[in-house]
Amino acid sequence: MTIQNIVTQLGGGMLKTILLFFSTLVIALPLGLLVSFARMSKVTFISKKFKPVRLLAQIYISIMRGTPLMLQIMVVYFGPYYLFGMKISSSYQIYAAIIAFAINYAAYFAEIYRGGIESMPQGQYEAAKILGFTKAQTFFRIILPQVMKRILPSITNEVITLVKDTSLAFVIAYAEMFTMAKRIAAKETSMIPFVAAGIFYYVFNLIVAVVMNRIEKSMDYYK
Amino acid sequence: MKMLEAKELKKSFGGNEVLKNISFEVNKGDVLAIIGPSGSGKSTLLRCITQLERIDSGEIVICGDTLVKTDAFGKAVYADKKQCAAISRHLGLVFQNFNLFPHFSVLRNITEAQRKVLGRSKDSSEEIARKLLKKMGLADKAHSYPCELSGGQQQRVSIARALALSPEVLLFDEPTSALDPELTGEILRVIRGLASEKMTMIVVTHEMLFAESVADRVIFMDNGNIIENGTPEEVFKKSTNERTKAFLSKY
Repeated sequence: MTIQNIVTQLGGGMLKTILLFFSTLVIALPLGLLVSFARMSKVTFISKKFKPVRLLAQIYISIMRGTPLMLQIMVVYFGPYYLFGMKISSSYQIYAAIIAFAINYAAYFAEIYRGGIESMPQGQYEAAKILGFTKAQTFFRIILPQVMKRILPSITNEVITLVKDTSLAFVIAYAEMFTMAKRIAAKETSMIPFVAAGIFYYVFNLIVAVVMNRIEKSMDYYK
Repeated sequence: MKMLEAKELKKSFGGNEVLKNISFEVNKGDVLAIIGPSGSGKSTLLRCITQLERIDSGEIVICGDTLVKTDAFGKAVYADKKQCAAISRHLGLVFQNFNLFPHFSVLRNITEAQRKVLGRSKDSSEEIARKLLKKMGLADKAHSYPCELSGGQQQRVSIARALALSPEVLLFDEPTSALDPELTGEILRVIRGLASEKMTMIVVTHEMLFAESVADRVIFMDNGNIIENGTPEEVFKKSTNERTKAFLSKY
């Protein structure tokens, strides 16, 4: 098997990795914002100290951060069968992977958003209120853009971790890059697929770092 | 014509009574200076008038509209949300530390609320902004960002931002306390200029000379109470109150 052959075979895996990566981000970034709202919710129930929405978000984040992502992927994939006796087909693999990654990363993003939102000076909210902006206008026009600038380095960290974490989807045999590399390596008794996979992840992350750096620079015009 | 009436305002934070029984009025075109030591409740008073804080009891009437009054049980009852928002349109507030929006250019700091809150067009809001910037001596800074400006320039932008919404009363919360003496002068000149145009203003300040020369009325607050309320001459020159005299002797 030539190197070209190996790369062609890995190509399909690459595309699936990229699909998983972008799908996760597209869902987890906004979902994380919603979770951070829940985490900061001031809604009380019965007593003034009992905040049910906040508690639910805390439990959710705690579980997502406290258990292995690999386990979560398996639960999402096999859960419907074991819990409800539903038949699962291999076409469910991609959905299971995206769901598991999205809800896991949303938990991490939520905490990053929360840190950023809570770091905003009260004066920005007060100025916006005095000028008559609604709460939604204040958040989306004044607060969120500044929060994004503050949290970008932490988001970059998570995004880079995500690139590498996509390899965990191998546990449900989702044919992404790493799964393919393993298969070919076993079949051909060769190291080359692993080296190729390593290079792929590295280059992918290099691109991510460059892009994130650009975005960071584009917000450099203010302090 | 009365632009602002405050009656028997009371406000506590926890068990700490910050405003004990505050009553005063401001007439159209008047400049009211509020002086007093730190922690006397001056800033809290401004924050209650501008709805950044809620009073516990009392009555506030702004430009003839009742913002809050007290019911038979002694509890403050606010107007409904819409009315509260409408009433806050009568007022503008300039903060001690400016609170400009750092991610907006100077121009957009001044146009954003005009467009999103008052619904003015892009062109007319920019025209108003440019006129105000010219008046503030910052015509060439329209496209700068707040971080590129000095403290005094930032404060002038924030005054322009407040004026752009055409408030009927402009309030200042220690507008020069974050500035060095040189920059303080440029802000006081701006306020003096507005006073000469008969803008109704309430200025919380530690600048006694300024209060004495610009204000029509002066209130001296201490420990949550109004100790003195009179013309600058009555407060600064003729006061017989020991507390007032002790405070003023330090300046």
